[in-house]
Amino acid sequence: MLAYVIRRVFHSIVVLLAVGLVAFSMFRFVGDPIDNMLGQERTQADIDRLRTQLGLDQPFAIQYWKFLSGAAEGNFGVSYRQGRPVSDIISERAPATLELAAVSGLFAILLGIGLGVFTAIRRNGIASNLIMTLSLVGVSLPTFLIGILLIYVFSVELDMLPSFGRGETVMVGYWSTGFLTKSGLVALILPAITLGLYQMTLIMRLVRSEMLEVLRQDYIRFARARGLRERVVNFRHALKNTLVPVITVTGLQLGSIIAFAIITETVFQWPGVGLLFINAIHFVDIPVMAAYLMLISVMFVTINLVVDLLYFAIDPRLRVDGRST
Amino acid sequence: MTDSARQTQVTAPSSEPSRLKTVWESDFGYAFRRSPVALVSCLVVLFLVLSAVMAPWIAPHDPFNPVTLNLMNGFTPPSTPNAFTGDSFWLGTDDQGRDVFSTILFGMRISLFVGFSAVLFAMILGVTLGLIAGYAGGWIETLIMRVADVQLTFPAILVAMLIFGIAKGFTPVEYRDQMAIWVLILAIGLSDWVQFARVVRGATLVEKNKEYVQAARLIGRSGGAIMLRHILPNVLSPVLVIATISLALAIIAEATLSFLGVGAPPTQPSLGTLIRIGQGFLFSGEWWILLFPSVTLLSLALSVNLLGDWLRDALNPRLR
Repeated sequence: MLAYVIRRVFHSIVVLLAVGLVAFSMFRFVGDPIDNMLGQERTQADIDRLRTQLGLDQPFAIQYWKFLSGAAEGNFGVSYRQGRPVSDIISERAPATLELAAVSGLFAILLGIGLGVFTAIRRNGIASNLIMTLSLVGVSLPTFLIGILLIYVFSVELDMLPSFGRGETVMVGYWSTGFLTKSGLVALILPAITLGLYQMTLIMRLVRSEMLEVLRQDYIRFARARGLRERVVNFRHALKNTLVPVITVTGLQLGSIIAFAIITETVFQWPGVGLLFINAIHFVDIPVMAAYLMLISVMFVTINLVVDLLYFAIDPRLRVDGRST
Repeated sequence: MTDSARQTQVTAPSSEPSRLKTVWESDFGYAFRRSPVALVSCLVVLFLVLSAVMAPWIAPHDPFNPVTLNLMNGFTPPSTPNAFTGDSFWLGTDDQGRDVFSTILFGMRISLFVGFSAVLFAMILGVTLGLIAGYAGGWIETLIMRVADVQLTFPAILVAMLIFGIAKGFTPVEYRDQMAIWVLILAIGLSDWVQFARVVRGATLVEKNKEYVQAARLIGRSGGAIMLRHILPNVLSPVLVIATISLALAIIAEATLSFLGVGAPPTQPSLGTLIRIGQGFLFSGEWWILLFPSVTLLSLALSVNLLGDWLRDALNPRLR
């Protein structure tokens, strides 16, 4: 057990070190930081002084170490474009992305499980077939086209929902939330649907196939024979047993939601971290890019580590393998 | 030696149509003829690819030659004569008076070029690494598959974005617009090689213990020759399926990146760039600038996707 955990944690650290190396190389080799900081009228003495001051005359490994320890403290330097510390900019924008991700995740899970159960129980009904066909089309549609389509229908034609921004936000401590105002909640609807739709279809299809599998089992037939009501059989007996794979897949999709938020945020001009990242690529704002790269890697690596360890806790067969190797 | 060489040369022209006929009359061809989905999507793909390739000859206007553009023609609705100039455009014009139909043809050319090149790049890289990993084994295999596993935990589009951003950072400022297309191919290709490598490695592990490989090793062929001439032909059919599905994904990835403004530059607009431009006119009522590129992208991605799905089922009877 312990050996397995240590090995997995070690792998994760190696991955993060590799990503850190990429991020550091961007800093070090894209353009000359000295050029970025000193103006036209510089002397060789100025250059040498700044080089020593920034530690650029030290060996590569030591510079890399300094970068890593800075990154671990959340210090990624100053944005080339906005002239403010990157950590400030990101923590300012993180609430927008996290709220959007949370709402669309909730939307995907609730509707996905609901529709999945529905299409599994009425597997030959007209409504289920319609939902399944629509979900196929939905998977083939690129995210940004779904967003544009929703804007066209609900903002341009029906004029019901806003098409960009977060609406009014309220500061709760350091956290700017859109949950407390009407315009903030209304502004969440379209982006959340756009972002959650793909995950929703994924969960729906998974729940459906798992349910179909489970409904064929003997214990379900036995539960029916005992005269339990259909609703109890479906939800208490069947759905419960489909949830383990659903939870793992949902966990792994958590990272995807944050990643795909980049697209949704651009379509809806949502002032989150994803939009920040796209603008950083646009203007080659290296510190912001490097910080985003590190943050998203830490997130993905952590999610994967947790899921792997959870598997390990759930599936006893892995434990045997872990000991033998 | 010369005799047999001459013989193949003589028979070559007559064997060409008969080979096509064999494919047409095989099980594969039969399945193809009987599947309406495969026929229709294949026709749509062929039609779109042909019109993209022929764009310079069939496009009614050259949208990138400023001399032929007339700003007075801007915002002409589809198939209605312009109020000032009286010119009529089948699918209308955009804000700068460019014919939408022509920009779509040229845009599709760029989308398809990037898509095909990226898949080709991913395929060559993935198949090579997969063959080496499967055949060589040992620490090389561990290293390659470990990298593949790590990359697989990140969504491909995010990997492509990050690679695009990094590569853009490393390109000197004055070349950025010219290089954007190549950087795009590199980014999408690098984000997509893992699938190829995993499948090829799996198939190679099976093939390398078969008798024909042992025989080839026995007669002293080198490792490279065995991989290329003996194993590779036998692992290619799943590669074809992945390539088709990857093509649909690559086209969508390219469109997404260009839509986000981190892909094809405005000087060489792809379908994604055109949709990005069109989104700006969504509220002012010029719907045709947005609608037609979107529909083109959708039909392209959907038909390639359906073709890939069908191909997977047809080449792999166990999955049916």
